[in-house]
Order: sequence, then structure tokens, then C-alpha cells
Amino acid sequence: MSDLNTLTIADARDALRKGDTTAVELTEACLTAIEGAGALNAFVHKTPEMARDMARAADARIKAGDAAPMTGIPLGIKDLFCVKGVPSQAASRILEGFRPEYESTVTQNLWNAGAVMLGKLNQDEFAMGSANESSCYGAAVNPWKVDDRQLTPGGSSGGSAAAVAADLCLAATGTDTGGSIRQPAAFTGIVGLKPTYGRVSRWGVIAYASSLDQAGPMTKTVRDAAIMLGAMASVDPQDSTSADVAVPDYESLLTGDIRGKRIGIPREYRDGLPPEIEALWDKGAAMLRDAGAQIVDISLPHTKYALPAYYVIAPAEASSNLARYDGVRYGRRAKLGQGDGITEMYEKTRAEGFGPEVQRRVMIGTYVLSAGFYDAYYNRARKVRALIKRDFDNAFAEGIDAILAPTTPSAAFGLGAMDSSDPVQMYLNDVFTVTLNLVGLPGIAVPVGQDRQGLPLGLQLFGRPFEEGELLNHALVLERAAGFVAKPDRWW
Amino acid sequence: MSITEDQARKVAHLARIAVDDAALPALARELNGILHFMEQLSEVDVTGVEPMTGVTPMRLKRREDVVTTGEMADKILSNAPDAREGFFAVPKVVE
Repeated sequence: MSDLNTLTIADARDALRKGDTTAVELTEACLTAIEGAGALNAFVHKTPEMARDMARAADARIKAGDAAPMTGIPLGIKDLFCVKGVPSQAASRILEGFRPEYESTVTQNLWNAGAVMLGKLNQDEFAMGSANESSCYGAAVNPWKVDDRQLTPGGSSGGSAAAVAADLCLAATGTDTGGSIRQPAAFTGIVGLKPTYGRVSRWGVIAYASSLDQAGPMTKTVRDAAIMLGAMASVDPQDSTSADVAVPDYESLLTGDIRGKRIGIPREYRDGLPPEIEALWDKGAAMLRDAGAQIVDISLPHTKYALPAYYVIAPAEASSNLARYDGVRYGRRAKLGQGDGITEMYEKTRAEGFGPEVQRRVMIGTYVLSAGFYDAYYNRARKVRALIKRDFDNAFAEGIDAILAPTTPSAAFGLGAMDSSDPVQMYLNDVFTVTLNLVGLPGIAVPVGQDRQGLPLGLQLFGRPFEEGELLNHALVLERAAGFVAKPDRWW
Repeated sequence: MSITEDQARKVAHLARIAVDDAALPALARELNGILHFMEQLSEVDVTGVEPMTGVTPMRLKRREDVVTTGEMADKILSNAPDAREGFFAVPKVVE
């Protein structure tokens, strides 16, 4: 078999079971692809020896007839996940040299299922960003290219998206705090699933904003997302917000039948929407209607306040979570001057360890939580969050089964195209994605078409809490109808 | 509300991030830009709305108050920039 690295998880699984290929061959194909893709800057810590050992173990397991669906599948892991003994630094200088003594629950679940670790993937520093430009490793690059510009793969899971789209791995893990799985998936023409808050354990995933963070799969197809979510999700006593809900066999729920389902189209998302994105959205709605679903106009009145609420709540939580980087327990400590005490050590370490965007968010978070401003900003944002949640509760209470929306306001933009002196400009990229994190619901980005330059464009579907199976089934119908098969031309 | 240079210095100190005096005007400007964006929230009528803490209506799990792990000081210290004799080491705290 040629180009084993281009296989989907489902096809690789079937080929492994039939004995048409081996996990070692699959892994070697990916390692070769990774070696040839330095220009994408997607893999930032490679673990080829670990990969080969795990692949051999997977082959033995397959031979013994003890294979799980993910056995022998080579994966890339976002740098945010702690992997024992492997550099895990959230793309931050402050965690330089950190090698965790423990394993995140998600990666442990994947290794238990027999998946193969190829290495760590680029991302925005501490997952704060929408272009993968705030990484201590430099930006990851989108494999899609239409002119002499290098494009962003999106962020924060930009390395994961670039690696999957360029066939450097069969799939990758991502995390989504405000759209960090779905936006990069849309920018690179792949599938990205953010599960319900509490579906996937956060234990061992370096924290950004704990009430919003959720890990999920980034894959080539909807079926692969179903398979991989089943391996990532678990009920985890190590994470007190992990939900006590059994993990179903998601793949078996993919029937391709959505007849009679009611799909909501939130009218507020049309405000200021570029015509090209609106046309794609209408096309997506028509595809679901043709499949027998009923398209329903709905209202989510507080939509426009999601972005400002998010940019109060996420930095507030980040400022607390990132207080742990103090130069004492792990990572970098600044060189101190004569007479410097512990306060100077904290201040210098954090000034040189955190990049500009992380510093900005930590300071904004500190400000909105400080005495005198707590009620005006933080508490007000949390009240608005409650109203946003109420919007969704009302929509679903009226019998909506899923909601269809654009994923991003544009296709991938050029690296460096956003004005770095105006951070709000970058925040506006998250306008369609942050809402879902505020309300904790599951969402999936599916590639649906290309813009007039030929760059991928996606739509997202939102589902009911812990109904990822039904959500994936809706996504499968959209994927089939859209028939998106374009791949980036290899230039790297 | 808008942030002055003095307030920017105070926030940086609360966040334990060293900022040069020369960088304070730009910092204050950036923070003001972000806060201005957040001002939109004041348009919303939030009378009688409880602030939301978590997304799922769940009670945090309880467990027995017993020791479940430990005896791994070497692992805990293995990533420390400075560890001596089984402890984290820091610059002098008390004058």
C-alpha cells in the first residue's frame, strides 16, 4: 500500500485487521512525512523511537486478536497535553525543559487503546490565540497555499490542524477553549470536534480557562472523529468536572439518517456576515433539508455579547491558572541580580517566560478580578453567560435537535496579517465559536466548500449536552452531501 | 472606565510581571482597547440573573478524606529549577 500516512483512522483500522499493513509501516510512513514537512513547523517535539516501540507493541496486540479501534493508529499530540517524559510546554518559554512525571488521562486512554505517539504539535502559547502566532516555537504554517503568502492554520490547535491536513499523522488531539479545535479545522479543511464540557477529562491538560477548556479529536473525517472521541472520553475520578456519563460506541450511532430532525438556524449570526460565508451557510442548510431535516429559524438573542463575556471570563480564569508559573516548581527561572528577592524572581521569571499575548490576558484577568472591578466586569460577564446559556436552553426546549452555523468569518488569513497592536482584531475571529464554550455544549466543524481563492471553508453544528453521537450523525450527513475531498497541493 | 499608567503598573505588579516604565503607556493603551471592547456588556439587563459558575448543573464530586497518593518527593522536585535536600529552593524571603 502506498501513502499510508494519507489513510483515515477507519481505513487504517480495517487494513490492519485484514493484515494488509502493519502499525510499523503506518508509523514509518508518518515519520517520513513529518521529516519532509519541516516548513510547516507542525511537529515541535518528535518522538520517533517511542513511536516505533508503540507500533511494534500494537502489531503484537493485533496479531494476538486483542485490537481496539485505535490500535496501531499514529497520532500527533498537542503540546498542551502532558506526556510522561516528553517535553510538554504549552508552546511557552516558561515551561522550557519541563518533562512531566505523569500522563494526561486523554493520552493515557489513547495509549491504552494502542494508539501510537508521533510527537508534540505546535499551538498558541497556553492555547491563547487564533493564528498559532503566539508560540515559542514560531508559527505553524497552513499546508493550504494559493499565492506567495504563508497562511495561518488557525489557532490555538494550529499544529494539530496543519499536521492532519498535510497527512503527517492520521489524526491529532486538540483542545478548544474558545474555538481552538473548530477554527483551525475550518482553516485547513478537516473535521474538529469539541465535546460537551465534562465528556473528556482535563486531567494532565495544561490549564488555560478551566470552566471552558475541553479536549477533542481533529481528524480527516466525521467517522474518524467518532472513533477517536470514543477512545479519548472517559469518566475520570482525577477530574472533578468529569461527568458520570457512560461513553457510548459513537461509530455505531452513525446511521446517516436525520429525517424529521429539526435544525435551527440562529438569525443573529447573519449580522455583518460576509456574503460568501452566508452563501455557504445557506448551502449547508439546503443539504440538511435535502436529507429530510426540517430547517427552523431560531433566535439566540444574546449572541453578540458572547465575545466580550468570553474575553472577561477566560482571562480571569487564566490569571488564576497561570499563577502557578512562579519559577519555583517547574520550568524556567530568570537569572537574578544582586539583592533580588522572591518578588523580583517572580516578576522577572514571568516577564521573560510569558509571551506578549499571555501577559496581556493574565493582566486583563488580574484587572477584572481586582477589588473594585470584580462586579463591574467579572460578575457581569458571568451573568451575561447565564443569559447566553438560557438562549440555548430555550432553543433546545422548543424541540431543536441541532444548530447549524458558520465556523469562521473568513477563510485562513496570512501569517502576520493581523495588527498586533490591536489584540481585539484577533479576538473577532472567535465570534462564532466562543459561544459554545460559554454554554458547554458539543460542536463539530465540518469542511463544506472552498472560497473563490480555493481555500477551505467550514460550517459547524451544535448539539445537545452529551449527545455527541447524534451530533456526529448530523455532521456525517453534512460531510456526505458536501463531498469535500480537496487536498492542499504539496509545496513544503 | 479607563486605565492610567499608574494603574497599569499596579496591575502588572499584582500579576507579578515585570514591566519597564517605558512600556507602561503602550500597555495602558492595549488594556484600554480590550476594556473598551468589554464595555458592551453594560448594555445587557442582568437584573435578577445569578452569575454562572459552571456549565453543567452538577454538584462537585465528594470523596473520602484520606491519603490516596504520595511518597514521591523526588518526582515532584525533578522539574524544579533549584531543589536542594528534598526541598524547593528560593531566594531569601525574610530580610
